[in-house]
Amino acid sequence: MRLVCPAGTPPSLKAAVDHGADDVYLGFRGATNARNFAGLNFDDRTIAEGIAYAHRKGARVLVALNTFPQPGTAQRWEADVDRAAALGADAIIVADAGLLRYASRAHPQLRLHLSVQGSATNHEAINFYHERFGIARAVLPRVLALEQVERVIGRTPVEIEVFGFGSLSIMVEGRCALSSYATGESPNTHGGCSPAKAIRWQETKEALESRLGGVLIDRFAPGENPGYPTLCRGRFEVNGDLYYPFEEPTSLNTLELLPKLQAMGAAAVKIEGRQRSPRYVETVTRVWRAALDECAAQPQRYRVRPAWQEALAEVSEGRQCTLGAYHRPWK
Amino acid sequence: MEMTAAPASPRIALGPLTYYWPRGRTLDFYSRALSWPVDIVYLGETVCSRRHELRLADWIDLAGRFADAGKEAVLSTYELIENDADLRIMRQVVENGRFRVEANDMGAVRLLSGRVPFVSGPFLNVYNASTLELLAECGAMRWVAPVELSGAGLRDVLSATTANIETELFAFGRLPLAVSARCFTARYHNLSKDHCEYRCIEDPEGLALTTQDGEPFLVLNGVQTQSARVQNLLPFLPEALAMGVNVLRLSPQPERMEEAVEAFAAAVRGDLDAVEASRRLASAMPAAPCDGYWHGRAGMEHVGSGT
Repeated sequence: MRLVCPAGTPPSLKAAVDHGADDVYLGFRGATNARNFAGLNFDDRTIAEGIAYAHRKGARVLVALNTFPQPGTAQRWEADVDRAAALGADAIIVADAGLLRYASRAHPQLRLHLSVQGSATNHEAINFYHERFGIARAVLPRVLALEQVERVIGRTPVEIEVFGFGSLSIMVEGRCALSSYATGESPNTHGGCSPAKAIRWQETKEALESRLGGVLIDRFAPGENPGYPTLCRGRFEVNGDLYYPFEEPTSLNTLELLPKLQAMGAAAVKIEGRQRSPRYVETVTRVWRAALDECAAQPQRYRVRPAWQEALAEVSEGRQCTLGAYHRPWK
Repeated sequence: MEMTAAPASPRIALGPLTYYWPRGRTLDFYSRALSWPVDIVYLGETVCSRRHELRLADWIDLAGRFADAGKEAVLSTYELIENDADLRIMRQVVENGRFRVEANDMGAVRLLSGRVPFVSGPFLNVYNASTLELLAECGAMRWVAPVELSGAGLRDVLSATTANIETELFAFGRLPLAVSARCFTARYHNLSKDHCEYRCIEDPEGLALTTQDGEPFLVLNGVQTQSARVQNLLPFLPEALAMGVNVLRLSPQPERMEEAVEAFAAAVRGDLDAVEASRRLASAMPAAPCDGYWHGRAGMEHVGSGT
């Protein structure tokens, strides 16, 4: 299984490559990728340097163009496909069907990956993109059970990439407009969820309040760790019951599933977090490299080492809130 | 059929039922709908494959009744396909052999491509002319714009496209905002999805979710999350028609659906102007209105008619 690591900045790319990433994924500045945040992402020069660095060390660079070309500015996405091809990207990661078609026609040699934002959860959908545009790999939305992943893998010639670690998406990727409902901007349309400019923090006598687009997302008592006000991580009331209706602030970690994912033929495992620091990328890449190597060498004897879990816990987002009485078991 | 700039009279569509109602209530709703002034009816379970008060055969039966009543009956596929059972039902819908199909997943598009004309559903993420043309080439005869797409965006897509395709707009109802593998209704009841006890049947219009300062915000409808506010684009009917919208989708609600349909129908017939019809519609609204998406703003905002 290839290890696919995130790079929001050149130092993160270097950290990923140096610590064992097989593939590094990144985006251009602007709305053509789904981590369109201030201070993140690459221009032509930094991508060219990043690709050269990665190639020297045997790693590949995947350029994420995984938002949906918007009316009036759709040419920008096509232009970024051309840029990625000209810069020598090893593959592009695309969500929009029209953009995949453009890329397959304009750059027939360019390897195409279907983004998780393409919402392809079954082999029929994946094979649609394969037959039409020759996609080489598809990233599965974080919604399938293990046996469902296995069925998909068995029914498509397309390489399957699964999420291994990072922020846990609760909604089907590419199928969530919660953020634009509150702020006007969503991953599909603007490349970001719960945009920073729509956030307001307000200190009251009893609590620290976080608001998104004016909507109260959470209240934190003194001593509570205030998390980023992502809509699906908020605390809301249903019939007077206050809890996390969608998800507690927790991270996805599938280290213990590695032997099964390997046995079923998953082609790649993805680390989420282009918005995270180089230290995060370094730590997670190092741990996952070690785990993948052990799993490949001796799948029967593979076990998750406590030291790995400790290292990952240290870089998990500071959002390990107490679940307490709000905890509602999930499966 | 050529797309023309001249506004034609739009048709009214009853969108698929998003909630889980007892069988009797569902059948009663559709019995009444047979005589409503709707031209198109989308039928079938789109939200959760565990729901079973009506089976596919029942939906097909209903489709036949609407067809006999002179309406266009369309069978809609699941928004999210996770397992073999979902795939099997989706295939049965696609291969029903009689009624048009609304594809809500690219898997359904693959099975429909080149075989029969179909409707490209609102979850297929068509935000630009290039993707619209691709779907038209696959056989889509109509597309439902994503709810996020603004009026200006829709106009841009329609003026840029060469596709010969009808356009449907989500004109009325709680907005379907997100879908998940997790069931939020089951989670509320401290149940797992696999043992959900079908508790969503208790909430004919979903579970209301409010913020900690008491603002209605969202509605939990099983694996689907909807807006608490009800989108109403009736005041912008002339604008929508001028840009080439052919069909107005009204999403079913448990109460006063007929009133909502009548208000739209009165505007479409020209009996009332869009603003006046919208006032009449107010009494049929189960919650505060919103129309922000149409204006390129936050979807929950309400701009209104401006008069």
